[in-house]
Amino acid sequence: MTEKLTRQPFILRNPSILVVLAVLAVFTVAVTLLSQAYGNGTVPTSTVKVLGKTLCLALAAVAMDLVWGYLGILSLGQMAFFALGGYLIGQWLMYARTESIVAASLAGNPIPPTPAELQEGVANQIFGVVGSSDLPLVWAFAHSLPIQLLLVVAVPGLLALAFGWLAFRSRVNGVYLSILTQAMTLALALWLFQNDSGFRGNNGLSGLQNIPGLDAVDQATLSVWFLWASALALGLAYVLAAWLVSGKFGSVVRAIRDDETRVRFLGYPVEGFKLVVFTLAAMITAVAGALYYPQAGIINPAELMPIASIYLAVWVAIGGRGRLYGAIIGAALVSLLSSWFTGGRAPDINLPGYTVNWVDWWQVALGIGFVLVTLSAPKGIAGIVDHLGGIRPPRRATGEVPQPAQEAKA
Amino acid sequence: MIRPLIVLALALLLALPAAANPALEAVIAGNLDQIEKPSRRTVEPLVAQIAATGPEGLALLSAWADRSLGVTDDGRLLIVDGDAVTDAVTGQPVPGADPKMLRPNSGVRGVIESALVAGEISSPDPARRAAALASIARDGTAEHLAALRAAPAEADPALAAQRDRVTALLAIRFDPDPAARVAAIEAMSGDVGLDFRAALNPLLATTRVAAPAGPEANIARALSAGEADFPREAAIALLTSQGILQPRLTPADQRNALAANIVDGRVGGIPVAELSDPAARDRAYEALEAAGAVAPAATEAEVEAAIDAHRFFEIYAEPNSDVTDAARAAETGAQVRLAAMTGIDLGLDALSLASIYFLAAIGLAVTFGVMRVINMAHGEFIMMGAYTGYVVQTLVANRTLSLVVALPLAFAVTFGAGVILYRLVIRHLANRPLETLLATFGVSIALQQLAKNIFGTQARPLTAPAWLEGAITINDVISISSIRVAIFVLALLFLGLFLFIMKRTRLGLEVRAVTQNSGMAASMGINPDRIAMMTFGLGSGIAGIAGVAIGLFAQVTSELGQQYIVQSFMTVVVGGVGNIWGTLAGAALIGGLSKVIEFMNPANTLAAQTFMILFIIIFIQFRPRGIIPQRGRAAEA
Amino acid sequence: MMSKLSAMLTLTTAMVLATGAMAQEGEPIKIGVLHSLSGTMAISETTLKDTVLMMVEQQNAKGGLLGRPLEAVVVDPASDWPLFAEKARELLTVSEVDAIFGCWTSVSRKSVLPVIEELNGLLFYPVQYEGEESSKNVIYTGAAPNQQAIPAVDYMAEELGVEKWALLGTDYVYPRTTNNILDAYLKGKGVAEGDIFVNYTPFGHSDWSKIVADVVALGADGKKVGVVSTINGDANVGFYKELAAAGVSADDIPVMAFSVGEEELAGLDTTNLVGHLAAWNYFQTAESDANTAFIEEWKAFIGDDDRVTNDPMEATVIGFNAWVAAVEKAGTTDVDPVLDAIVGVEVPNLTGGTATVLPNHHLTKPVLIGEIREDGQFDIVSQTEPVPGDAWTDFLPESAKLEADWPGKDCGMFNTETNTCVQVQSNY
Repeated sequence: MTEKLTRQPFILRNPSILVVLAVLAVFTVAVTLLSQAYGNGTVPTSTVKVLGKTLCLALAAVAMDLVWGYLGILSLGQMAFFALGGYLIGQWLMYARTESIVAASLAGNPIPPTPAELQEGVANQIFGVVGSSDLPLVWAFAHSLPIQLLLVVAVPGLLALAFGWLAFRSRVNGVYLSILTQAMTLALALWLFQNDSGFRGNNGLSGLQNIPGLDAVDQATLSVWFLWASALALGLAYVLAAWLVSGKFGSVVRAIRDDETRVRFLGYPVEGFKLVVFTLAAMITAVAGALYYPQAGIINPAELMPIASIYLAVWVAIGGRGRLYGAIIGAALVSLLSSWFTGGRAPDINLPGYTVNWVDWWQVALGIGFVLVTLSAPKGIAGIVDHLGGIRPPRRATGEVPQPAQEAKA
Repeated sequence: MIRPLIVLALALLLALPAAANPALEAVIAGNLDQIEKPSRRTVEPLVAQIAATGPEGLALLSAWADRSLGVTDDGRLLIVDGDAVTDAVTGQPVPGADPKMLRPNSGVRGVIESALVAGEISSPDPARRAAALASIARDGTAEHLAALRAAPAEADPALAAQRDRVTALLAIRFDPDPAARVAAIEAMSGDVGLDFRAALNPLLATTRVAAPAGPEANIARALSAGEADFPREAAIALLTSQGILQPRLTPADQRNALAANIVDGRVGGIPVAELSDPAARDRAYEALEAAGAVAPAATEAEVEAAIDAHRFFEIYAEPNSDVTDAARAAETGAQVRLAAMTGIDLGLDALSLASIYFLAAIGLAVTFGVMRVINMAHGEFIMMGAYTGYVVQTLVANRTLSLVVALPLAFAVTFGAGVILYRLVIRHLANRPLETLLATFGVSIALQQLAKNIFGTQARPLTAPAWLEGAITINDVISISSIRVAIFVLALLFLGLFLFIMKRTRLGLEVRAVTQNSGMAASMGINPDRIAMMTFGLGSGIAGIAGVAIGLFAQVTSELGQQYIVQSFMTVVVGGVGNIWGTLAGAALIGGLSKVIEFMNPANTLAAQTFMILFIIIFIQFRPRGIIPQRGRAAEA
Repeated sequence: MMSKLSAMLTLTTAMVLATGAMAQEGEPIKIGVLHSLSGTMAISETTLKDTVLMMVEQQNAKGGLLGRPLEAVVVDPASDWPLFAEKARELLTVSEVDAIFGCWTSVSRKSVLPVIEELNGLLFYPVQYEGEESSKNVIYTGAAPNQQAIPAVDYMAEELGVEKWALLGTDYVYPRTTNNILDAYLKGKGVAEGDIFVNYTPFGHSDWSKIVADVVALGADGKKVGVVSTINGDANVGFYKELAAAGVSADDIPVMAFSVGEEELAGLDTTNLVGHLAAWNYFQTAESDANTAFIEEWKAFIGDDDRVTNDPMEATVIGFNAWVAAVEKAGTTDVDPVLDAIVGVEVPNLTGGTATVLPNHHLTKPVLIGEIREDGQFDIVSQTEPVPGDAWTDFLPESAKLEADWPGKDCGMFNTETNTCVQVQSNY
């Protein structure tokens, strides 16, 4: 049976891929046709942006699922990569937009500006808000879109590689590794919070929704373009992730999750496998971030405080870890619910003597929801879907939640 | 009702004989504006005038400084003492008056107090003498020195010592005889008091000058341009500021000069469009210089010549060199001691921070060490403890008593919460530590929002009893607030209690047995489930007590727990799990390290935190199991 | 074909919109409330949400506005800065509000700015802030630095004789910029570099022992030390507790706070803080009939006799009243006519005078200095005449040459040296 499976194209072995891609395509087309820019305007631009951002979060959740659901590392620092991606693309967005503004304003001078004056003007414009006027060294490549795009994947990738190499080499694992990843994102957040680090401190980078060179395109159109880009990225990443975990590589990765020591005894370079998956996931997460923040409009260090990464883990847990589509369901469901409840349009519940205002109680409900899902549906929503659909996917292809006794070895 | 009374009172007053103190009345009448809206800068002559009018004037001044002076609509000043209202000029009671109270600011009050001080020094009331001394110590003058020396001998030994000190300090600053000043400095030499240094340092203040030859002044030292603390740029800036050198050309000046000389789209023969190149700008400017269109800027040669032609000095503002020498010697002597004291103070701060981290982390260490369970809601248990303290304080007015009630109650509340959390959630997730982490995170955000819904979003007051206020002060450098000492003691107590429970009680024995080998312990008749529940309750209970302690020195908000949770994790992980000494070592390392980094970079506390976390990340690479790793069979589990 | 279709679609949309507009007679006028109700900033912002709701209730009791009732749309941006932008877009495009009252932190304002400017909304921003900004679509009803920081520092130098300055702040943009302005201002007044000590701490900082010790040690050179505190929110509680424990009295080292008001002091025992200072444009103790009435209404509205009032609440009230006056003047709630009408509008403030909306979209406000009393209120020890808010500070060289004049020059960043508009949109 195994032989037959490996000879089939991997997509046929994983019908879920086609389902996910089809749903994604239908969704994108539907939103486009209902949008203000390309359709009848039923879906307002703000909702298109929310949906686009949700796709990016789902993309980050897929990467998280790779690391946690398949590799067994509960990384509580994934959002560090997400935000790094956002910061790196944000640098170009801010620099290029500001440069055009400054150039336009200096053009009125009797003497044409020198390059140094132009750069000084840009620096003053960007950093005047936080009381500085020099362009820090970390902005050296901000003028170049190709370099910053490269950095979007390179910097988080290198960070993950360095961090992973240090951590895996000294066999830090289980809960320790979780806390270490949390420390990593906290350190990065605190560093970015400082004004001296050159990323505008608590203010972060803002105005990112205005894309330089596309001034004539309105936000209604841009939001749909970003939705397409996000959907495309999610689709590609999904296929990549599914391909990765379906073959022999995936089997080894899941084996590492289930019993690392045995895999090592069998002669596999465990650290290498871990590094590859961890780094790849970081890069996917960074791309998600780079697509997310131009839609959100602002990025600041609060985005990579540990709590954000814990939320990401919770989405995957609710959706069902060890199943890639579970991660998407979880991320989409929780973030959309959250958006709806904080929007103030959820109806209050009038109990005798007390009115439940959702703005006050939504967080409580969310918290209790986490507990209930963890307790009663350890496989998450995807587990329920499997159960309802009567699907019993082969163990090898999707992986089970690890056996309690084995994980305790961590 | 009141209005007729006032009219009546006014009628009565008008009928009274002329004011008891016509001089005071005249001063008031002439300066009512300034009395109503005084300013520190200008009030001094007025205060002197009022003081000169006699005892009524002094009484008015002291009422003014105490904010018990009011002004009526018709411009009379009334002294209000509780319900009794008297006219400041006549001393007559004014029943039923409703004056507008005057609120001089603290600068004006300082001036008034300073004027009253000379009389107060010899007051029969020791409290007033002490207040007068404190006022002089804060802002003494040459007159105060004379008054202090003229005042009768002080009977109270403590006050006498303080007066001697204040007199000596004033002598250093104001004594007309340089020898007396030197003597005063030498007598106090070695003292690290802030007031002594505050008297010395102004004597040692210097200014830099450039002059062709040595100036007629008390020279601190000669400088040469280019040495480490006097770079060449500083010399140039000094020469420029003294008007010896023309300022050098800045890019902005150059641009403006060029813009002012555009002729037919060209500047100095160079097309404007090419002026985006700095080199082209220089050429254009030189051309303009040559044509005499712009003033020449200082050239490098001129700068060199000016620096060569001048010598640079630091000179003391204090003209007498004997005084400055003595002050310099005393200052140098104090430096070494001061450094040691600062070190000790830093050590105390570190100890205090470490004990707070320890207290916050100890509960986590218990649950993590014994059950390998990460309780993300631990921070919320700390918060629950703090809110328990707040609630008790609203019910029990006596702060000491409320604290005595709050500590065990906080333990009971969080113990209960811990047991409930264990029974409802954690027990069902046995041996699934990562899922426990997520479930308890859910509990954490629910509890936080619940606290907001119940207590509101404002910070709530939790105030220490009076005996815990203030600080234990060794000298002006070494000082630590009492509340921090109390927390340190509390941390020690818990260390002792924990060791006692673990080593000397049945529960402790069973806990250790379950930790080492749960299955074996169960087969010996121990109920691991019950033990785990008790441990979890114990850990949570300690968190509750930590909450009360933290609330006493910081703020009680629903986010209180969040601030400590990550630090607590770090403490446990750095220290090594399953060992109370490890937690202690972790807390000491993290507390000490943050203070040392903070000391090296005082302007940026955030950087200190970043570096500390980076250090922890690197530290764990080398000691993945913490400072004190768990040994034996349990370590592999 | 495609273009025809979209043209038809546009046409139908336009028709739907037009009929919608016709049907709006008597329909409620919507205003958005964009204050965090959860997360770290909820501590301050919830009060402002309640203030707006109270104003709406009062306005409706008076018969509404232009004969239509007012309706507040409350959203919760949850102290999450990107969420501010998202919610602002939602308010403007989905709920179609005519004005937004909201934001507290500078970063939340910077997050909302591009959205408001893109969609031509109208935001009333009620908090004292760092200045260096003037947007066409924002009315800044809180204090600019020249309406709080500069007079406060003048007061400390003149009245308290402070010669050495400790600028303590939370590490974010308001303290950073304010301290930069103060640094330039103090140096301009002849204060030496070494006499200015600056320290930044994280949000919610609680370990103050070292910093308080540093400040005390500044007194070693015999100069009077004063602290200018831009410490934000609940970190103040720990700071003041440590200050009191160290026995630092207001006579030794006065602390002038820009972010500590009645609300923050409610979380503290103030017996040891008596005499420390705060600078605002409003204190609850201000003696005026308008203020007495407002405090009474507020306590009745919130149903708690212990609740205090504070400066951002006053700014919210002024902003609301200015908007109502401008709408009545313009006869419509459309943003552009309202913006034209609002400049020059004069509304009473709660301290007894009036506030005028200036061409740079800031207000005239009196500067009040208060000393903390034992009951957590302030003794007002100094009150200036109304000071016009300055969008661009005069004390930083880059800003000194800029000015904002919306009705006159249609520019919020006008370079007076080159006589050009640097940019029409704001710096984000």
